[in-house]
Amino acid sequence: AVGRVLRLCCRWGAGPRAQTLRLICTTTAVQRKNVGASGPEKYTEAFIKKQIEEFNLGKRHLANMMGEDPETFTQEDIDRAIAYLFPSGLFDKQARPMMKHPTEVFPEQRKIQWGEDGRPFHFLFYTGKQSYYSLMHETYEKILDVQKHQDQLITQDLPLQKEKRNLAGSRWLTKIELEEMLLEKLSDDDYSRFIQLLEKLVALPCADIEENYIQKFSKEVPVQLQKVVIEPLQYDEQGVAFSTGEGKRKTARATAVVYDNGTGKITVNGTDILHYFPVLQDREQLLFPFQFLGRIGKHDMVCTVSGGGRAAQAGAIRLACAKALRSFVTEKEVEFMRQAGLLTVDPRVKERKKPGQEGPRRKFTWKKR
Amino acid sequence: DDRLLTEPLSHPDFFSVKELFSLKDLFDARVHLGHKKGCRHRFMEPYIFGCRLDQDIIDLDQTMQHLQLALNFTAHVAYRGGIILFVSRKRQFCHLVESTARACGEYAHTRYWQGGLLTNAHIQFGPGVRLPDLLVFLSTLNNVFEPHMAIRDAAKMNIPTVGVVDTNCNPCLITYPVPGNDDSPAAVELYCKLFRMTIIRAKDKRRQSEAVEELR
Repeated sequence: AVGRVLRLCCRWGAGPRAQTLRLICTTTAVQRKNVGASGPEKYTEAFIKKQIEEFNLGKRHLANMMGEDPETFTQEDIDRAIAYLFPSGLFDKQARPMMKHPTEVFPEQRKIQWGEDGRPFHFLFYTGKQSYYSLMHETYEKILDVQKHQDQLITQDLPLQKEKRNLAGSRWLTKIELEEMLLEKLSDDDYSRFIQLLEKLVALPCADIEENYIQKFSKEVPVQLQKVVIEPLQYDEQGVAFSTGEGKRKTARATAVVYDNGTGKITVNGTDILHYFPVLQDREQLLFPFQFLGRIGKHDMVCTVSGGGRAAQAGAIRLACAKALRSFVTEKEVEFMRQAGLLTVDPRVKERKKPGQEGPRRKFTWKKR
Repeated sequence: DDRLLTEPLSHPDFFSVKELFSLKDLFDARVHLGHKKGCRHRFMEPYIFGCRLDQDIIDLDQTMQHLQLALNFTAHVAYRGGIILFVSRKRQFCHLVESTARACGEYAHTRYWQGGLLTNAHIQFGPGVRLPDLLVFLSTLNNVFEPHMAIRDAAKMNIPTVGVVDTNCNPCLITYPVPGNDDSPAAVELYCKLFRMTIIRAKDKRRQSEAVEELR
């Protein structure tokens, strides 16, 4: 049903007291309240305060119930008490009963942005993304300050500071971290623009003045270089050098001890290699690392292996042997071994069977009718 | 309270805005320089004094009159506690305009204009938001040299606008156009200074009048 249009006549040019009253026609479709349009539920400050008071009271009650001192009742004690009083078998930890401080439960939100007279507090309120744009404004101001400082130094003929910032150990905040900092949603474009502005600031020679400001947005990255450490040779009672290595292939796990000044004897799980591996292929696999390095008759090997099948055990011992031989050999030869694939763990494992199929890949026989 | 509101309206220049600028100031700030003849907008022809070596020169006498009206209107709006929003899409002067707005205690928008800011404000900002009472454009064109969306939106929402229109701009929907250069740093700094001084003057006068009223 369409509403009616009412228009009361207005007094034109009668100064500030002219009143215009106009009822604009609306349909029932517009009158229906759009529930989702107002956004997530906003909590007022008074509500949060009340929740905090209730939480503190409840904490004391809980302490009394458990027979503990209310003054020294920590959050861990609360968690334990709740787990004891309300045991739950649910898998999701978030779904179990919990009692936490309201600041952790209710997400931090923006409070109302304008005062009683309706004037917003922030001067960039009407842009929509006030924190983000004020951040950009501040950063640009820092760039201008640094440039002004640079100009001053140039006029005084002083040298510009060239201490290089350590870029390797730090990274910028991620988009999610920045969103948490600003309490606002950002787009990828906005985030990349901000990072570009920061990079520009850092690239200026005299950027050391604003070091405090830049550090707010950079994080330390622990150096994660995991260079493979080749263990040094160990010596047993007779003075013979030896080295150990571990290897795996499919489900087989093997450890090998390679001794120097040997005759090429290989023992597997206490038995000789000829008895343990009747098949030539497996013995060839074991000999491959020695053959590659040209040290066939020079080393002895004692290994233990478990799990897997025939070929898997052979592959596992091969890998363990190659790892042990790294200690006897120069770095260049280690690189050659790596390139030959002797030091890489074979990632292939048995693929699982899927429902609706007979095997991992094989489908059931297709019948036309 | 009524006296506070009606008294300024009886004077033609209550805030003595005319003494803030002179013709020489405008000339020194290069306000009279327009774009080339080919960029000329048809509706700016009445405001153009002439054309020299293909460059349009804006008539500074007309600019003086328009600027005086615009500053007077801004002062009245500020006196009555209205919200003034400075808009400009020139990247060069974005920082300057934002700093000017902050210095006056008013608001600025020199970034990408989202479509529903004025027309869809209750959904974008939340219920009970107050819209700006005056829009001041330091440059009426956006980054692609088209008229800024805010001019059309302000006209839709019955919000008066004050705008610096250059020779390639359309002065149609702006309530108080001020023909002048919007590209030179000197000119834009002059405009910012003038607006800042008028707004501060108007707010000071308001506070003084309120103090006087309270004493009575």
